[in-house]
Amino acid sequence: MKQRFLNDTNLLLVFSAAILLMPIWLSPLGAAYPDLLQKFAIYGIFAIGFNILFGLTGYLSFGHAAFLGVGSYAAVWSFKLFTMNVVPAVFFGVIFAGLLAFLIGYISLRRSGIYFSILTLAFAQMSYNLAYSVLTPITNGETGLQLTINDPRWIDSMYITVEEGLPSTNLFGLKMSGYPGFYFCAILLIVCFFISLRIFRSPFGLMLRGIKSNQNRMNYTGLNTKPYMLSAFVISGMFAGLAGSLLAVTDPLAGAERMQWTASGEVVLMTILGGVGTLIGPMLGAGLIKYFENIFSSFNKNLLHEVFSFLPDGVEDVVVQVVSLFVGGGWHLTLGLLFMIVVIFLPGGIVEGFQKFGGVFGYGKNKNSDSSPQNQAAE
Amino acid sequence: MDSILIQILNGLDKGAAYALIALGLTLVFGTLGIVNFAHGAIFMLGAFCAVTFRKLLTLSVKVKDESVTMFAAYKDEPYLKIWFGDTGEAIIDYAVPLSILIAIPFMVLVGYAMERGLIRHFYKRAHADQILVTFGLAIVVQELIKASFGANPIPQAAPDIVAGSANVGLWFGLGESLVYPWWRLIYLCFSGVMIFAVFSFLQFTTYGMVVRAGMRDRETVGLLGINIQRRFTIVFAIAAVVAGTAGVMYTPILPPDYHMGMDFLVLSFVVVVVGGMGSLGGAVTAGFLLGIVQSFASMNEVKSIIPGIDQIIIYLVAVVILLTLPRGLMGRAGVMDD
Amino acid sequence: MEKTKTPILLHKTKQLSEGRHMENLVLHLDNIQKSFGGLRALADVNLHVEEGKTHAIIGPNGAGKSTLLNVCVGRLKPDSGKVTFDGEELTGKKPHEIAQIGVARVFQTPEIFPELSLLDNVMLPALSKRDGSFRFNPHLAMRNQNEIRDEAEHILGDVGLKEQMGMVAGSLSRGDKRRLELSMCLILHPRLLLLDEPTAGMARHDTNATIDLLKKIKERGMTKIIIEHDMHVVFSLADKVSVLARGKIIASGLPEEVREDPLVKEAYLGTAQE
Repeated sequence: MKQRFLNDTNLLLVFSAAILLMPIWLSPLGAAYPDLLQKFAIYGIFAIGFNILFGLTGYLSFGHAAFLGVGSYAAVWSFKLFTMNVVPAVFFGVIFAGLLAFLIGYISLRRSGIYFSILTLAFAQMSYNLAYSVLTPITNGETGLQLTINDPRWIDSMYITVEEGLPSTNLFGLKMSGYPGFYFCAILLIVCFFISLRIFRSPFGLMLRGIKSNQNRMNYTGLNTKPYMLSAFVISGMFAGLAGSLLAVTDPLAGAERMQWTASGEVVLMTILGGVGTLIGPMLGAGLIKYFENIFSSFNKNLLHEVFSFLPDGVEDVVVQVVSLFVGGGWHLTLGLLFMIVVIFLPGGIVEGFQKFGGVFGYGKNKNSDSSPQNQAAE
Repeated sequence: MDSILIQILNGLDKGAAYALIALGLTLVFGTLGIVNFAHGAIFMLGAFCAVTFRKLLTLSVKVKDESVTMFAAYKDEPYLKIWFGDTGEAIIDYAVPLSILIAIPFMVLVGYAMERGLIRHFYKRAHADQILVTFGLAIVVQELIKASFGANPIPQAAPDIVAGSANVGLWFGLGESLVYPWWRLIYLCFSGVMIFAVFSFLQFTTYGMVVRAGMRDRETVGLLGINIQRRFTIVFAIAAVVAGTAGVMYTPILPPDYHMGMDFLVLSFVVVVVGGMGSLGGAVTAGFLLGIVQSFASMNEVKSIIPGIDQIIIYLVAVVILLTLPRGLMGRAGVMDD
Repeated sequence: MEKTKTPILLHKTKQLSEGRHMENLVLHLDNIQKSFGGLRALADVNLHVEEGKTHAIIGPNGAGKSTLLNVCVGRLKPDSGKVTFDGEELTGKKPHEIAQIGVARVFQTPEIFPELSLLDNVMLPALSKRDGSFRFNPHLAMRNQNEIRDEAEHILGDVGLKEQMGMVAGSLSRGDKRRLELSMCLILHPRLLLLDEPTAGMARHDTNATIDLLKKIKERGMTKIIIEHDMHVVFSLADKVSVLARGKIIASGLPEEVREDPLVKEAYLGTAQE
């Protein structure tokens, strides 16, 4: 094939380096603390998985939050019942999300286009409502599922002497909070990125793209599109489940609000913000959104008054009043506006934006959107 | 028997809300080809029209409370009452139905602005893009409402004269126990009138004829030299008015809050899909049908057999219908038929 | 020239139903009826196509020609009657199953993958044919699919699109899109190729180029059904011509015979030809 400046191996290496070194190069941006870094990695996985479905096949699922939620619940139950070790938790999270994705996908994929979006939305809402009501014994309803002292933890109780207080999640003894937690998530993120890369470059990925481009033609060339679509759906559901279980790994609780459709909307936004169907885009989008969420939500009126104190008093009050609409609790307003702006002005997302930008200055003439120069991979 | 009738009546009012929102959704989808996720936000804006109107009417000044003689007490006295006495009080009492009057022009404006400002740029874009941009708009509207009115529901009272319940049972000789709040009855009648108005507009006016033709074959109608764009703006405004007034009238039944738009939208979309994308009759039928089904599912007798069924019944019905009748109850071939 | 692949049917036993002793009839349409609402698109169509021949179907607009092809590829299910190809019944099968049996179709408006490169466009059908029913292979790499790529490049060369193979297919001219679609069908090595007005809307120059191309693939021995309005194309390519009018085959035979048939003249040539 064509010689690329940034071939896949290099891309993977650069990506891994960028992710693993995040604690260093993000510190000038004030984002280098473990909680936020963990979020980058986790939502990166979520978005990368979503992109395998939406980016490659064009099927817009509005129900991916259900898989995220199930992943969390499964992980927390694994902590409660078996062991605080994160390996089984992640395993169960992925498996259960995969099973649910198989079920939902099997039914939803019988329709396409907007019907598919609505069906997935309906299923996600159904899961959310159930988690809130009937399934309370499993999900602990509104309170959310938490660890308690009295949890059986059968495996742990056989091998580990019981300590005082709530035990913390660990990887064979290594506590999964702070930086170790981040590196655990980061390594899984890199693995996920690698899988996504391989899928994009495989005949399977090309066929999914063919389905997106012209499903009719795929049928008439002899492809039974259903199993392909279903595997894409299940894979992306499992990615979401992994992300959900990692959320529980870094903070062992699970609530139904994780399954709400606004959460599904958020992952859609991450993906389109970064660039649908590109390799690096979803990670970029996830990083950006979580970063700005973090910054914007932390602002409050006092802080704003400080920031704008250089303005004359009357003006300052007005400015603070207006700006405070968008920060703190108003972060969702910013999110909604961002959503509209991206869809209206930058339908190809940031990655395409970079390419256009690069095109103006004569860089990167390659048309392949996947190998764009990845500036600041994870910011 | 009575309990069944009660459930049907209960279902009808929720169903009427679904039907009115779904009607607008379908109208917009059928004529403009737009999947409008912000339609629930319009419904909510209608509801908050009523809230704002009442706020305006009850703008008050502190006056000395004469009934308290022991010490100087102050109470809020609305200007309207001060200026017009009992008439003023009556106007406040009728705030909800009166706010229809301001809601209609406001909704026309909202619909016009939305279509001209945003939607029309999306006629040629993919459905996914339409969904996303209107979804974004819905979030924006919702958050603005939250910022201006707070996160808590704001109860609205129906006029005093219809505060009680109608003894529907007696009217039909079915026994005393069948009672139904007056306002809900009014709301039902109102919905019926709106639905009838929309249908007769489409059926009996030349304007409506063009719109119907446009729903069938947009390009051809455009070729006939009819300014289909302008008409579509008006269709969008009509859809906004239908949803907005429904929102106004629904406020005494459900205190409006900032996420009611989204709540109703998700369900209304399910309704549209069940009815059949692009079928107005289907949307209305499915709206009432799902309302009634939901109300039956929330009966204690049913819930004790299948716990949680009331939470998911609509989605369940939607899934079953979509899988057995791929085009919904009354969907036509060729509409989103890929 | 491209080597002709051995037809896949050789290892299968032919199970021709009784009464079809003519060895070389391969496609049978028996008593096909199809109505849309009150409209009778296909009244009662019987058509038998010889193996390796090019069979043209002509007829006035609305005669049901495209419906007939849709029935063949499984897009529509006939109300009654059946379609058999080489002993296998096609009626009731899904489009992808029919495609796997070896029936490929060129559509009236080119059905290609507009966002993908020409090379991907041609490689995809080959992958579909190979992995059609489902082969889960996300671990394989496209760059190792050398055999398929070589063949795709070869076929693109045959249709004269090799230079543009890195381009995005959506940017091609209409004529080139058609040629691309044809090469997408050719890489499937179909045993039956259905062409729906392959030259409609083309300039004379492009039409001639397409005729040449179709003549070239004529030598591959696949059976072809071609729907066409342009008599020039029909008489340059067809071995046999059937005339479809008002949902029925009113005449069938060698091109010269059909041209002289008074019924045909009345139903078609007299009215529809400009």
